[in-house]
Amino acid sequence: MKLVAPSIHYLAIAPELALLGGALLLLFASALRPSRISNLQATVVTAASSIAVVVIAFFQWSDVASHGARTTIDHAIALDGFSIVASAIVGVGLLLSTLVAHDWAKRANVRNGEFSILALAASSGAVIMAQANDLVVIFIALEILSIGLYVLVAFDRHRAASSEAALKYFLMGGFASAVFIYGAALVYGATGTTNLSSISYFLGKNELLRPGLLIAGGALLLVGFSFKVAAAPFHSWAPDVYQGAPSPVTGFMASIVKVGAFAAFVRVLISALGTQQDTWRPIFWVLIVLTTFVGAGLALVQRDAKRLLAYSSINHAGFMLLGLWAGTVRGAAATLYYLITYAPLVIATFAIVTLMGGPNDTSHAVESYRGLARRQPWLGGAFAILLLAQAGAPFTTGFFAKFSVLSAAVDAGGAPIAIIAMVAASIAFFFYLRWTLSLYAEDALDAPRIVVPWPTALVIAFGVVTTIVFGIWVGPFADLAHKATLLFLP
Amino acid sequence: MHSSLWLTALLVVPLLGMALLIPFRKVTKGAYIVGVATAAVELAISLVVLFLYNSGIKGAGTFDFAYRLIVAAPFGLAYDVAVSGISIVMIVLTAIVVVVALLGARETKHEVAFVCWMLFLLMATMGAFVSHDLLEFFLFFELTLVPSYFLIAQWGGPERARAALKFFIYTFFGSGFLLVGILYLGFAHLHQAGGDLNFSYGILSGTSLSHGTEVWLFIAFAISFAIKSPIFPFHTWSPIAYAEAPTSGSMVLSALLAKLGTYGLLVFAVGLFPLALHTIQPYVLTLAVIGILYGSALAAVSKDMKRLVAYSSLAQVGFITLGTVTGSKLAMVGAVLLMFNHGVITAAFFLIIGYIEKRRGSYLLADLKGLQGPAPVLAALFTVVMLASIGLPGLSGFISEFLILLGTFGTHQWWGIVATTGVLFSALYLLWAYQQVFQGKAEGPNATIKDVSGRERLIILPLIMLIVGLGVFPQPLLNRITPSVQQIVVHVAPTGVSK
Repeated sequence: MKLVAPSIHYLAIAPELALLGGALLLLFASALRPSRISNLQATVVTAASSIAVVVIAFFQWSDVASHGARTTIDHAIALDGFSIVASAIVGVGLLLSTLVAHDWAKRANVRNGEFSILALAASSGAVIMAQANDLVVIFIALEILSIGLYVLVAFDRHRAASSEAALKYFLMGGFASAVFIYGAALVYGATGTTNLSSISYFLGKNELLRPGLLIAGGALLLVGFSFKVAAAPFHSWAPDVYQGAPSPVTGFMASIVKVGAFAAFVRVLISALGTQQDTWRPIFWVLIVLTTFVGAGLALVQRDAKRLLAYSSINHAGFMLLGLWAGTVRGAAATLYYLITYAPLVIATFAIVTLMGGPNDTSHAVESYRGLARRQPWLGGAFAILLLAQAGAPFTTGFFAKFSVLSAAVDAGGAPIAIIAMVAASIAFFFYLRWTLSLYAEDALDAPRIVVPWPTALVIAFGVVTTIVFGIWVGPFADLAHKATLLFLP
Repeated sequence: MHSSLWLTALLVVPLLGMALLIPFRKVTKGAYIVGVATAAVELAISLVVLFLYNSGIKGAGTFDFAYRLIVAAPFGLAYDVAVSGISIVMIVLTAIVVVVALLGARETKHEVAFVCWMLFLLMATMGAFVSHDLLEFFLFFELTLVPSYFLIAQWGGPERARAALKFFIYTFFGSGFLLVGILYLGFAHLHQAGGDLNFSYGILSGTSLSHGTEVWLFIAFAISFAIKSPIFPFHTWSPIAYAEAPTSGSMVLSALLAKLGTYGLLVFAVGLFPLALHTIQPYVLTLAVIGILYGSALAAVSKDMKRLVAYSSLAQVGFITLGTVTGSKLAMVGAVLLMFNHGVITAAFFLIIGYIEKRRGSYLLADLKGLQGPAPVLAALFTVVMLASIGLPGLSGFISEFLILLGTFGTHQWWGIVATTGVLFSALYLLWAYQQVFQGKAEGPNATIKDVSGRERLIILPLIMLIVGLGVFPQPLLNRITPSVQQIVVHVAPTGVSK
């Protein structure tokens, strides 16, 4: 038997090469010359890699626009509009997170080299997840993403909560990975392949007489993904981990993991298991109701800002699932649009949380935000806008994110679930609004002033400006998500 | 066809005013001046639009100043503005009430933020009234929630947090139904006609739906608008919200935001689903009549003036709803006119209550007695507004209520008869209130209150002029309202009710 190495379309895997290249560069540099790697150098390398990802995305886009979507490395990696946009979001997310982490590392006296290496590696995992066209590749990418994050969560060694969170995340995440790979095995048993396109082709051509194996496999995949995106009832790790992790890591995690996991989730459900829609839709229905309500309801009673935001992110995950529930092109585009707009929003929010946390990253009571906008109008005002945008106030991207998934659901015949989701959204809106109002309270004027270093300020400004500008000038991102999904691998 | 820039200006001017607040925030009275000036410019523009408005443009229905720009095709989002004879009236009302509220009910605590929110609310309300697209309307409709929440929660009375919460939860809950209804309608049209997703009012009104679907969509829209209006039994948020809001907030809530609900019911629910109206009619009519009686009864037993006006608003909104859903042209014209008149009257009421509260520090009926002795002009102002609200011929309330009842008698006699008793009740509770507050012998702090100052008289003057002027000569508004109402009635007519 002759082994033939599969051909590689290097443009397709250029983003992860850029990220891993940056990671390797820092790894070798810090191994060879430990004293020479300053935080600034590490940040510059990370930023350069993440900018490279965004630049590469432009080249990939023009390639796909002229040649159509394609697969490479024996159909294991897909290069299509969806993966390009998803990896560009990861690039932007990494860039923003790095700037926040840079300032934090300076304050917390953490050496940034390792931090950057891990962040780069995890990001490459997220990018591969977005591109993966094979269950096994998705699994590997998931592990790359997760292992990096386990360490990042534990990065604050002086704080026990950080280690505790990492342990929890590791145990839960490891369990989820095991469930996922088991599901992949069962799907392989049912269809004879792990390639998503082939699964779709097989299921389109054949009627399964005994679909139990496929259903079990699909269900396990679903559970695995649900863990990763923190959908209820598989969400219980999220509040602890969000709270325990260093704040810049939380923001990074909230954006990158959602992008990677949801991109792969869309591909598995809509591309591979699209023919089985009638089977997984009812399950999703329950997941969405639970996730939106658990997220919104429990956020109401949180006193810790990071826990509150964890539940808020669970609520957001429920809405993203709504786009998947639709299972249509419009639904996939809606979820993608949600991811595009959500990433900068959540990173900017956690940038402010990072600043508020103080040098030890421990002061995260919601109460400590009281009167922030009175003490520091610009910082508080920015936070107010970010919260309102997360709530989905009109003329912010947050509104149109929710609007896009709701419209996809209604289009697919889901008016009842759309109404249910809106009820959850009204609860969520309320806790954001209450928090926003407390920023303007007058009875807490004597807290110390928060110093905002310019890189973090840049990130916050980016989040605020994009959410308002593209909340009014809605066209560009809506078109991008729409076109990207049309350039989806069939 | 006139230039749509006038309407765009209505949206941009408040935003410019908000931007101007930044450089003027340190100047003494700077925010106040900027706010009033901006609202005055807004009023001027809206009057220009009122006078330029032409209902007879060919092929545009009765819409004028129309302009449509696609903002995001995949979402069906468009900037689409136009005014009809109905919305033009509401636009002018909005501008007038905000000018008067900023002038007459100034909040000196955090004035920059206060003016900022008021202007923002002005912009959002204007946006809803000039929208000619359902999605765009929804965006502005929803946007009004944010400034109103902050106005109640920051400048309100002792129970403001609860009031703001109740107000917010109710209205947001309702708008969920509206959004899903709008989406459903948009996709129903998309699946029928193909092309791009589209929420344009003109295009969606041509969607053919099964009767059952129309009924469901009507209900979804109506729930949302009924909560905002508020129509019985969705009103329970309103008394506490009106009572706890600052004076200006109560004015804006009752005079403008409530009108968003009644306006939406007429233009979007009845206008888009005329066939469903026939099925729904008896229920909504009954709720409207219950609202009239129930509101009057609760107003009669209210312990404070703000709740009294809040409950009387419930009764008045009952009249508006009655006129909206009877399907009679007369009654609908009356309903639109009453939206305007009730807006002016209730704004005047809250302004006067604000004057009283400023002097006495209370608006409880039990604390007030014999004010007409020390403050005869205040009593006179209240009398005019009260009589207009009761529906005394010659004042503005009369004609609108008369038209509504006349139309209702033509189509739904029994409901008309019961509703008419509501007019009597309103005389009862308002005269009672007048007796308690203004008559008798003033003692203690009541005896020493100052009468309204010249400035305060000047501020309320425009409202009084409108009350008297439109009572005698409502023709300018009727001329503009009637053709647009006719447009809606034409669609309602096949259900068998008279024109």
